[in-house]
Amino acid sequence: MTQASSHLLFCSFLLYLIAVFFYGGAIRQKKGLEESPYKNGASFSSKAGIIITIVGFFCQLGYFITRWIAAGHVPVSNMFEFIAFFSMMIVLAYIILYFLYRTVVLGLFTMPVVIIMIAYGSMFSRDITPLIPALQSYWLPLHVMTTAAGQGILAISFIAGMMYLIKTIDQKQRSWKRFLLELIMYLIVVVIGFVISTAGFRATEYEVAFTWTDQDGNESTAVYTLPAITGPNEWEMVTGNRMEPLFEAPPFIDARKLNTVIWSFIIGTVLYLLIRLVFRKRLGQMFQPYVQRINSDLLDEISYRSVLIGFPVFTLGGLIFGMIWAQVAWTRFWAWDPKEVWALITWLFYAAFLHLRLSRGWHGEKSAWLAVTGFGIIMFNLVFVNLIIAGLHSYA
Amino acid sequence: MDNAKCECGHVNPHGTVFCEACGKALYNKEEKLLDMRYEGKKRRSEKYNRTIIDKIWNFFSSVKVGVTLIVLALIASAIGTILPQEGNINIQSDPGEYYRETYGWFGELYYLLGFHNLYGSWWYMLLIAFIGVSLVVCSLDRAVPLYKALKNQKISRTVIFLNRQRFYNKTAIEKINEQDIEKIKERLQQRKYRISEENGNILAEKGRFSRWGPYVNHIGLIIFLIGVMLRFIPGFYVNEFLWIKEDETAAVPGTSQEYYIKNHRFIIDVYDETDGEVYKKALEEKGAIVKNYQTNVTLYKADKKLPGEKPELKKVGDYEIKVNHPLKFDRFALYQSSYELNQFSKMTFALTDKKTGESLGNITIDLDDPRETYEVKDDYTVEIVRYFPDFEMADGEPRTKSMNPVNPAFVFKMITPDKPEGEISFTAIQQTVEPFGENEYKMEFQSLETVSASGITVRKDLSLPIIALGGIIFLAGLVQGSFWFHRRIWLKPEEDYLHIAGHTNKNWYGFQREIEKIVHGTNIPMPDDQAKK
Amino acid sequence: MRKKRRLAIRTVILSVLVLSIASVLFLNGKTDERETAAVGQEAPDFVLQDLRGNEYRLSDYRGKGVFLNFWGTWCEPCKTEMPYMEKQYRKYKDQGVEILAVNVGETDLAIEKFAKQYQLSFPIVVDKSGEVQKAYGIYPLPATFLIDPEGKIVDYIEQPMTEEMIGDFMERIKPE
Repeated sequence: MTQASSHLLFCSFLLYLIAVFFYGGAIRQKKGLEESPYKNGASFSSKAGIIITIVGFFCQLGYFITRWIAAGHVPVSNMFEFIAFFSMMIVLAYIILYFLYRTVVLGLFTMPVVIIMIAYGSMFSRDITPLIPALQSYWLPLHVMTTAAGQGILAISFIAGMMYLIKTIDQKQRSWKRFLLELIMYLIVVVIGFVISTAGFRATEYEVAFTWTDQDGNESTAVYTLPAITGPNEWEMVTGNRMEPLFEAPPFIDARKLNTVIWSFIIGTVLYLLIRLVFRKRLGQMFQPYVQRINSDLLDEISYRSVLIGFPVFTLGGLIFGMIWAQVAWTRFWAWDPKEVWALITWLFYAAFLHLRLSRGWHGEKSAWLAVTGFGIIMFNLVFVNLIIAGLHSYA
Repeated sequence: MDNAKCECGHVNPHGTVFCEACGKALYNKEEKLLDMRYEGKKRRSEKYNRTIIDKIWNFFSSVKVGVTLIVLALIASAIGTILPQEGNINIQSDPGEYYRETYGWFGELYYLLGFHNLYGSWWYMLLIAFIGVSLVVCSLDRAVPLYKALKNQKISRTVIFLNRQRFYNKTAIEKINEQDIEKIKERLQQRKYRISEENGNILAEKGRFSRWGPYVNHIGLIIFLIGVMLRFIPGFYVNEFLWIKEDETAAVPGTSQEYYIKNHRFIIDVYDETDGEVYKKALEEKGAIVKNYQTNVTLYKADKKLPGEKPELKKVGDYEIKVNHPLKFDRFALYQSSYELNQFSKMTFALTDKKTGESLGNITIDLDDPRETYEVKDDYTVEIVRYFPDFEMADGEPRTKSMNPVNPAFVFKMITPDKPEGEISFTAIQQTVEPFGENEYKMEFQSLETVSASGITVRKDLSLPIIALGGIIFLAGLVQGSFWFHRRIWLKPEEDYLHIAGHTNKNWYGFQREIEKIVHGTNIPMPDDQAKK
Repeated sequence: MRKKRRLAIRTVILSVLVLSIASVLFLNGKTDERETAAVGQEAPDFVLQDLRGNEYRLSDYRGKGVFLNFWGTWCEPCKTEMPYMEKQYRKYKDQGVEILAVNVGETDLAIEKFAKQYQLSFPIVVDKSGEVQKAYGIYPLPATFLIDPEGKIVDYIEQPMTEEMIGDFMERIKPE
């Protein structure tokens, strides 16, 4: 069953990849891109793209159900499972918005995000872990799944916002906006760098172990699966004949994770530079032709609409269900745990977004920047708060 | 300057954006489109600005101020997560020192600025309180005029009003026939529009209730904040902690000795092979994973009594307290929060003849209630001269650090037939001292009995129903305001033209597509988006 | 007229908001202060037993001053204070001031040895359940409450005492 589950996830991964090509083909045709529903129907490529996406979604749903049966609990209890579910929710949100607005260009940008997401999640331990007592509650699926659904919808707002920015920001003129947009692109490439470095060294079965001393003077072992660029505090290599760390991390930082981050940046930067060298274009510039024909008002509306739908869902799952569960499991509904605080920050941010848009008329580009930033906060909470700050919520 | 007179002669209340009667703009006349927010009614606060009260009111009534407060709260909250908060870590020493030692100069600065307890600081609380004030003032200020405007909506609007809407078009009236109007009305009805007519003027409206969404969700938030504030009233909120050893009975703190619990057993289970093949790999990698923390207790109710008085206990029932399954009674909840294994409870020693190594018998000492003398057998007794439950040496003197049997030590006097005056021996864990010369007998350590203790959190929170109510109202309001839109379509036949105009509070693109479907196949023109250049 | 009414409504709403915020900040700020058994309050009544099983009830001491001391055998300042207390006890016993020494729940053995060592004659009661300590909000030792003949807490002392101080305290709660 576990095996079947993995295969199904891989299937959906491949299907999403194939869908990207169909979406790419679809936007080359004029058909299906007009605004008015009476002027033209969908082209073959866009129909194929959405059908393959839907089939991929059902494959992923199959992964989810089979893993649920195998594990005996809803598979949303560790980083791998969460991200797999999260990416599934992005696909679902996209499918819903597709049927609301009938736009395939959105798919062209959504699918790559989903693909990177699934790949990223697969770099974490894929073992089925039993639930610790604090997680043994029906609030686990309720809280996590609803939050993921809300965040998945908000991801669409990010994607539409990115498309808006790629379309409208002038690539010929040097500006902060152009730089920031490129920076976001670069960070996405860094995530790919993480996937490549982790998967690459995993294939060679690289491993190096250190003993080290933490801030309270306790000695423990750290096992790296990537060559150590940074070693833990007062490290001593246990396995011989491996690359020596170039420098030592302070004791309150998890050196192994920091090392992975450094590797992701190195590989990501190399990859980014290669792309620049080969195509002689900024990434923003490269993608610009793909969004040329889509109406920017439509992008603005998709982005805003997804916030309108995603924000209440996120509030329900992330904050309200989270609070109820915390009251049951942690004795109090609010514990000022870092992850919880960042959920509040996310919530405050989107609240500010809605007020700015409704009362101060921040439409178009300003709104797109806000949508991108909002999702940046969600990702920060998922990646950094989990891995670096680690509180009551740490899973991975 | 209390009223504004329009060119058409209508006298509007001061602050109105466009004339109530004819729709001409009273401000920003050069703008093509009308500012439709709050239906052209000016917010109440902007009308008067005389006294200090009005000034404060106006300050909090501004959305700009509200958003600024939200952003400030956001930044402050983020700062609080850079380093762990004091309340979330277990600091034994002085917190200032802890932050300096663990995080260097940054930690010291963080502590000095008070960020180690950021969320409980007066300024953070004040910030949240200001958001609350802003919520109240903003909502009152906007909801009242908006309600009046939408309630007294006119069906026939002037042409000036219509052609200054974002969506507008007109066509020669002779092109339009009865069927077109009938068709459009039918389609509007299918799409759940409410249609009102007046002399051929048509107003089609739907989703007006979504306009109240923001105010409903703000009310929810205000109720939520009131709930949070109530927790500061003494008695509204109880948060106590109880360490209770196995077999011990203790009053539940916070209940004024009204309830007692007895800890029968603390249980800790870990996952093993019997839990299934699927977990095998994870267990190999991570080692032991805990499956269950549980304390088996009996809950008792006691008669009213004074502190210290022996209670008369009436059993309420036997319960299991587990993580995620608190024991609830009479608005209290007991949570399995912590535990400590292997607390010393009883020690057994053997009185031993050192030369022969022969044991003369055992004594077992209850570390929580030791006796003064123990009979080993006829003529052999052991006296406890001194007992140090938590032994340490200070200035060359043995003493106890606390009353808890953490590191027990004894001064024994062993009275035997050959030493009737007794031999003195100091016995601690892995240590024996014979202060008055070599003894013939010794107390040989045999065994140690331990018990586990459960850490139980006691909580009562009477504000929970209010907080929950606030949450529900907030969410309902949020859904009401975000999932529906307020859309209006006006049709106005005139001598020469038929005018069509549309307005929505959000999602103009979707609205345009909807109008397209409504007018499709009729001679009624598709309105243009006048906001587009 | 309407303007006046509006101003009145605004004033009322704002003052309600300001008052509630101020009280929350006030209540939050004073959490460090004693909530129970504060000076000026009535001393919480209790019943405790000594090592022989005799019951002592605080309210039975109405009309007399009570020097209520919480102590433990491991607490160094307690060891210093005990002989002073013993001396003052002998002096003020006939003048209507009683000492009640509440041990914080140690073993009978430890208390007995201690009482014998310092030859204490005032009643020593044991708070095994910790309920009395809770009622009086005791955390560090020694802690002493001065209770006047009407049963009111006159003072609360959280620091080591000299013999002179103890004498002064006895004077303060002596019945007239």
